[in-house]
Amino acid sequence: MNTILDVKDLVIHYETDDGCVYAVNGLDLDLQEGETLGLVGETGAGKTTLARGIMGLVPDPPGRIRGGEIIYRGTDLLQCSNAEMRKVRGRKIAMIFQDPMTSLNPVTNVGLQIAEAIQSHEKLSRKAAMQKACQMLEQVGIPAERAGEYPHQFSGGMKQRVVIAIALACNPDILIADEPTTALDVTIQAQVLDMLRELRETYHMSMLLITHDLGVVAQTCDRVAVIYGGEIVESADVYTLFDQHLHPYTQGLLDSIPKLNEDVERLKPIEGMMPDPTQLPEGCRFCSRCAYADERCRTEHPNMLDLGNGHKVRCFRYETQEVEPHE
Amino acid sequence: MNENQPLLQVQNLKKYFQTPSGTLHAVDDVTFDLYTGKTLGVVGESGCGKSTMGRAILRLQEPTAGKVLFDGVDVTACDKRELKKLREQMQIIFQDPFASINPRMTVSQTIMEPLIIQNKIDKHDRTGLEKKALEIMDLVGLAPRLVNSYPHELDGGRRQRIGIGRALALNPKFIVCDEPVSALDVSIQAQILNLMQDVQKQMGLTYLFITHDLSVVKHFSDEILVMYLGQMVEKCGAKQLFAKPMHPYTQALLSAIPVPDPHVRMQKIPLKGELSSPINPPVGCRFAKRCPYACEACSEAAVPLRELEPGHFVACIKAGELPV
Repeated sequence: MNTILDVKDLVIHYETDDGCVYAVNGLDLDLQEGETLGLVGETGAGKTTLARGIMGLVPDPPGRIRGGEIIYRGTDLLQCSNAEMRKVRGRKIAMIFQDPMTSLNPVTNVGLQIAEAIQSHEKLSRKAAMQKACQMLEQVGIPAERAGEYPHQFSGGMKQRVVIAIALACNPDILIADEPTTALDVTIQAQVLDMLRELRETYHMSMLLITHDLGVVAQTCDRVAVIYGGEIVESADVYTLFDQHLHPYTQGLLDSIPKLNEDVERLKPIEGMMPDPTQLPEGCRFCSRCAYADERCRTEHPNMLDLGNGHKVRCFRYETQEVEPHE
Repeated sequence: MNENQPLLQVQNLKKYFQTPSGTLHAVDDVTFDLYTGKTLGVVGESGCGKSTMGRAILRLQEPTAGKVLFDGVDVTACDKRELKKLREQMQIIFQDPFASINPRMTVSQTIMEPLIIQNKIDKHDRTGLEKKALEIMDLVGLAPRLVNSYPHELDGGRRQRIGIGRALALNPKFIVCDEPVSALDVSIQAQILNLMQDVQKQMGLTYLFITHDLSVVKHFSDEILVMYLGQMVEKCGAKQLFAKPMHPYTQALLSAIPVPDPHVRMQKIPLKGELSSPINPPVGCRFAKRCPYACEACSEAAVPLRELEPGHFVACIKAGELPV
């Protein structure tokens, strides 16, 4: 498989009056052609900032990209001019935002909103663009007759379908989906996820799926990266991550969700809180909440360890400890 | 109080709203009993009327019809003064810990407000107030140093602890928990759920636990009530519901939960379309339009709730004949 997107050592900070928010700190991530990569983490871990960074949409000020590279098919997106980025955005890399209620224009009908995306990248007449927009609506399961309707006439699930239609209108290589189903009910979530999976296959896209729902990850992703305090702490293929997760944070995350097939008296939460991103701990970002943390964890920042088979973990414990390769 | 008497009896509770386009049936004919120390989970998709039901029980919203008996007293027939007295024992925890706490009140002021309103404590007795506030903060796991903090200084998990502390301050018997963990991250969610379980045991609380998260509700509840467009479609023990769901809607709902295990591939029961409008709903089964088993009889008359097994109520004319 080929790497289609390679994020290397990305650093994004927000400089505010109350101090510097260290949102993304030396983050490495690679997306392979045709795969779905899940990015899992909690509020404030830097998931959305990373997505915005890739799209070149970090608000500046206060956001500042302090360093790193984002290589898309051999070009560093961070070196691109605004005009060049506009050709990438939507055409090559498209994004679905979390809240379908606020990402559509309330005073333009949905057909035009899709056509606008098409016309900004392809030389098509308005009529031809509208025609293509109607096709896109059909693709996402909305009858083409509804193209003249406005967002308020659609339900949440339908609006998210419209957002997906806009994202896919120009047949992008990469789709970044930022919590695409968080605002939806489970039955609708299942419909939307199934649709995304089918469309990803038809269009041969690669997908970066950002979510905090481990169930969604297990059911849709090929590979998973866990993000904490603005850096990846563990990444592996989905089976390894669920069967043989090594980082104490990943363990804590998986332990803290109630499971349907097991009965437990008490849940096992991760003690403490996410560290304040203006004052990240010096050593391991997770040390204040980790049961295994020692002096070294508090002072020295751990590097990513490659355990083979694509399994990487950022924790000192596995420097010495032998890890059985996962079947 | 009689031990065998339910603490809360809800009988044919209805809440309708008049809208320009017709009558909105938010809660339609809900009936259940809830015993002391137990937790009833209420699940359903957004717009199915779960929150309205919780509010109607506390009369935060006036019910259109029906009765709510709390400890034998008819809540719906109370006048203002009696209601204020009753509210001492019936409290609510809201969904959004950002919107449900006054940003201009400190932690201790928020927690103490119910005690002052109910005249349980002299509002000029500053040492007494602080002592009591610290006691409750300790109970809900808030550090004493936060006593004079304002909500904006705290994160979602801590704010929800304030919300819980405020609900516990009057030592109530019954709490409506309206999606108390939906706005929180998973690791914090587990902390709050454990806390709620601990105080339930300590204080013998009874919960009505409203949520859309089915794995949380299974973990937390003794019994579960499934709602669809304002109506009860199924009610039974929590384990029973997951082991043997009988209503086609419950079956579809359960099958749609993404399982956090990549080895288990979900066998989803696809549902057609989305929730229809609760304004002027059809006469028959409200789920019929999306139901894979629907027949003509489903749309002809209202579907009664039947007890198919002891304690297992289902509102479906075909329930029992359908595959489980």
